[in-house]
Amino acid sequence: MNERILSVLVEDKPGVLARVSSTISRRGFNINSLSVGPTNIDGRSKMTIVTELDTVEQVKKQLNKLVNVIKIVELDPDMTIETEVLLIKVSINKDTQTLVIEKAQLSNARSVDVGQDFAVFELTGSSKDLDKFEKLMKPFGIIEMVRGGRIALQTNQ
Amino acid sequence: MSKELLSGAELVVRTLEYLKISTIFGVPGGAILPAYDPLYDSPVRHVLARHEQGAGHMAEGYAQATGELGVVIATSGPGATNLVTPLANALMDSTPLLAITGQVASTAIGNDAFQEAYTVGLTMAATKHNYLITDASEIPQIIQEAKYIATTGRPGPVLVDIPKDILNQKVEWIEPTHKDLPGYKPTLEPNPKMVQQAANLIKQSKKPLLYVGGGIIHSKSNNELFELATKHNIPVVTTLMGRGAFPDGHELCLEMPGMHGNYTATTAIQKSDLLIAIGVRFDDRVTANPDFFAQNAKVIHADIDPAEIGKVREPQVPIVGDAKSVLSGLIENLNGFNSDFSDWLEEIKTMQNKHPLSYNQEDSGPLKVPFVLQEIQKLTEDNAIVVSGVGQHQMWISQHWNFIEPNTWLNSGGLGTMGYALPAAIGAQAAYPDKQVLALDGDGCFQMTCQELITASTENIPIKIVVFNNGNHGMVRQWQKIFYKSRFSASELTHHTPDYVKLAESMGAVGLRITEKDEVIPTFEKMLSINDKPVLIDCVVDPDDLVFPMVPAGGSNDEIILNNEDLKKL
Repeated sequence: MNERILSVLVEDKPGVLARVSSTISRRGFNINSLSVGPTNIDGRSKMTIVTELDTVEQVKKQLNKLVNVIKIVELDPDMTIETEVLLIKVSINKDTQTLVIEKAQLSNARSVDVGQDFAVFELTGSSKDLDKFEKLMKPFGIIEMVRGGRIALQTNQ
Repeated sequence: MSKELLSGAELVVRTLEYLKISTIFGVPGGAILPAYDPLYDSPVRHVLARHEQGAGHMAEGYAQATGELGVVIATSGPGATNLVTPLANALMDSTPLLAITGQVASTAIGNDAFQEAYTVGLTMAATKHNYLITDASEIPQIIQEAKYIATTGRPGPVLVDIPKDILNQKVEWIEPTHKDLPGYKPTLEPNPKMVQQAANLIKQSKKPLLYVGGGIIHSKSNNELFELATKHNIPVVTTLMGRGAFPDGHELCLEMPGMHGNYTATTAIQKSDLLIAIGVRFDDRVTANPDFFAQNAKVIHADIDPAEIGKVREPQVPIVGDAKSVLSGLIENLNGFNSDFSDWLEEIKTMQNKHPLSYNQEDSGPLKVPFVLQEIQKLTEDNAIVVSGVGQHQMWISQHWNFIEPNTWLNSGGLGTMGYALPAAIGAQAAYPDKQVLALDGDGCFQMTCQELITASTENIPIKIVVFNNGNHGMVRQWQKIFYKSRFSASELTHHTPDYVKLAESMGAVGLRITEKDEVIPTFEKMLSINDKPVLIDCVVDPDDLVFPMVPAGGSNDEIILNNEDLKKL
């Protein structure tokens, strides 16, 4: 696995996301995922950035130069809890309805909304779990799907 | 008693005074107009440029010459977009710059208002940091913070964008305080263990070489560098941005390495077993193909910017810290060390004797730039400030001019901004009215910002300008000759070239001309005798002269093209 996860503590100021993403794109870094949200500390947000092994050091150093970036921690994969969220709208009919819902339940997906010809499920888990679930639903017809960025934290500091 | 209320505009000017800023460069316009009103009564000198790019380069020239903050002020929209080039230039060359721009009223932002541009977004990648002020009471604190960020750590440009309604908002003055910036803590003091390791490597080395650049000049550590080098007889190469950090003419000074560096400086790096790199960034113009760069050398890399370390070349000893502290630490750790690098110095001397810089000036042939430079330097003061544009003339100056002191060589190194010389010279002369300030420019460069000659005349800034007129974009022509089979596509300027003497006169300067060898000295003498207005010499030079040595981009520094004969073998 060549993926590395960075946990980036930033000041919650206008334009911080733009600064971070502009730094990443102008230096030509590859990133697989970026998510941002508030933390328990006032005025601080946290970004989770998933990048590749060969660029991680430079990504860290260049992001550290941003005045609004406070701290960057590379998470140790062995001590990291990582999760991602997925919302998926699947096409159903009388024949498939039960099967689809059953499969979703077995995958620990929550059904959020069920209409006459569609069902919406929500699933959180590792990227692999989400990939698997997507594959599982594909034969029934995916109408729309959205995945949130990956978020992570270390269990043991 | 109620406290005095000041407008945001008054706060801007008062903060500049509070920060002891004496000179600023700018162009007024709609959104920034409120700030120009209190400026009218302020002791802060405002130099009115003819274009915001010129104003920006003036502030850069001021900063490069003094080592202090340069300040530029401009209006919203085109005023701000015209500043993008000097900002990007200052970012590349680590020049401390504060840009203050007007913005449309905060209520109009995002509405495509007249002269609106998204300045913070446009300059995000061209500044070290930037701000949009949303309340006038923040003005003193943010401008002070901007100065702090611009001048500390690795210096750079910081922009403060202020909407017009905020400039008119009335608030109380709150004295700025030194607030802690949680995400900005430059490392100045190096890790002593790393410095010790570096010193040990120096002790073990046989062929050490100091590879130093702009970082020495920014940290004002030329004295420490001199002490380290001379105490232990370690030769020094100074990069384009580091010229003057170690005195030319000293036997340990090998001067500039790289694409157009001299043979010895470039080759010494290739033969060295230990590169002591301080305040440099292994720029591609120095390394050529990094895979072939200094293959025999271990590397100590010290820089104040951690992101520079390992960016191009992984060092054996990485040191994050201010060059001054790093050098002092090395001197201390090497105390009592008796170096003997005489074999290495002998090897270098042999190279120097075998491949000195040369040029061929025929008696009746067209003038060569290196010859003119040699001649005029004889008449120039030692501490004169020399400012250059970008291209052939820039390389020749860096090669042939003797730089003795730091901050006497101003040029656009990283971004390579043509048009830099004239406005930057104005900025330098504004800082030092009594010094000789020479803008040695190319004709292609000069045409990019020549309107600033009016600024120099109007503001009584008596800079001396030599336009090396070869009627071409010389470096473009050189590359076309070498790499594009002499197909000179769009590089000739001759068909519509102005008469530079008349142009100078029409702009309130004195215009002179040199076309022959024996005119060089008397004409230059005449220029130096005029100190009450700017003087320009149109110096007509050979368009077919090429800058040597040369290492083609992406090539190996082991394969240096030394002259026309080498070129024919390609």
